Amino acid sequence: MNGFWEAWRLIITLDADLYEIIFLSLQVTVTAVIIASVIGLPMGAWLAVNRFKFRRYVIAVLNAFMGLPPVVVGLFVYMALSRAGPLGGFGLLFSPAAMIIAQVIIITPLIASISHQTIRDLWAEYHDLLISMNATRGQRIKALLWDGKRALLTATLAGFGRAIGEVGAIMIVGGNIEHATRVLTTAIALETGKGNFAFAMGLGLVLIVLAVLVNVLIHIIGKTERASTW
Amino acid sequence: MKPVFALIVALLASATHAETLRMAVTTSFYNSGLSEVLLPEIKADIGLDVELIVVGTGQAIRLGEAGDVDAILVHARAAEERFIAAGFGSYRREIMYNDFIFVGPLSDPAGVANAQTAVEALQAIATTEAPFVSRGDDSGTNKKELALWALAGSPPEGAWYRAAGAGMGATLNVASGMNAYTFTDRASWLNFGNKGDLKLLFAGDPSLFNQYAFIPVSPARWPHVRNDLALALEGWLTSEKAKGLIDGYTINGAHLFSFNAVTP
Repeated sequence: MNGFWEAWRLIITLDADLYEIIFLSLQVTVTAVIIASVIGLPMGAWLAVNRFKFRRYVIAVLNAFMGLPPVVVGLFVYMALSRAGPLGGFGLLFSPAAMIIAQVIIITPLIASISHQTIRDLWAEYHDLLISMNATRGQRIKALLWDGKRALLTATLAGFGRAIGEVGAIMIVGGNIEHATRVLTTAIALETGKGNFAFAMGLGLVLIVLAVLVNVLIHIIGKTERASTW
Repeated sequence: MKPVFALIVALLASATHAETLRMAVTTSFYNSGLSEVLLPEIKADIGLDVELIVVGTGQAIRLGEAGDVDAILVHARAAEERFIAAGFGSYRREIMYNDFIFVGPLSDPAGVANAQTAVEALQAIATTEAPFVSRGDDSGTNKKELALWALAGSPPEGAWYRAAGAGMGATLNVASGMNAYTFTDRASWLNFGNKGDLKLLFAGDPSLFNQYAFIPVSPARWPHVRNDLALALEGWLTSEKAKGLIDGYTINGAHLFSFNAVTP
């Protein structure tokens, strides 16, 4: 179990390489979660307050996309960003930007779906009030997002959870390059490949602790689960 | 979409800094640990950051074809020559070699340790139908293994032959878990941390020679590739300094690679 303790020794001694990997994991995932929330939360609210012809099908597709296989998303993004692909000119392949793009595609449907379900229930409650106040569509969406913010935090955290633990897509589009695109999950895959199971396990626990810390931090900042602010 | 765009621009700006060369290398080369010795020296000597994309030879060649890397370092001569003939690579420059080996269970049910040649070793495994794990991923090691099976006369088929479809390390993990035979390069084996009951059983046949070659991606085919950096790297990799580091690299006292680049 030497490798296992080695992983923890690196944490305690503030090993630069390990912290670089942890920092990049957080940077990529947090950026992806912010972008996906900016897109997904209003999209969910918009779907809840609007009635249009194919609404049910759009929602069904959105729900199905919650389970998009990351490796397929990775392949899709790879094909698009490759020099031989349509967006090759940007030279984004094997960069953190490519990893963020893949993660946004993976978690936006998840955030939008949960947001939609939350807002739909809230909309049923607020419907008469907002209509009688003659609120515009935009105002309705804003009011619903604001009043549902605690429940919507769950949508965002679900997105964070899926993105921070994702390996299939970012391995393909990021390339697991040391000092450039190596994150915790791809480092775990690499160490497993080298047969260094104990070290990989140590990194795995670091990842889990990190996810828990971020969630706790968000709850503290959001002041959820307190008597006065249920 | 504005924040997305701003972010992409910001990341793009930070990604295109200084002198960075992107090279696709094989898992066997990376798992040997030699790159951890060479890269800091390259950085110190010629100020070049080499970013490694670690994949099988088949995928490395496809990354070169798509222009997604500036150079490749691989070990499958026939595929390399096709890559160059198709205009994707400028030329191939041999850098170093090591060898492939057979590893398998300590008990050695097929008697591979007693084989005289690599082909005989495979025939012994096929006859006894002892479990054998193949890379199955179109990598250089996989191509070499399949070429040897072709020489052995019978295509490997049956429940005893398992294609893992994975990199060298993952394949060794499968072999270790199943206590099966497998075909690997020596470097990956020496560096592998989960040997279990596996043991090196056969090595030394000249047909197990494993040549690594450096190929710059053709700037005529892909104008954006950093051919200047690829040439600088090639110069370093074929230098006396590289020769000393490559020949001097050992794991637990075992010598791994032999430098054989020739000065044109």
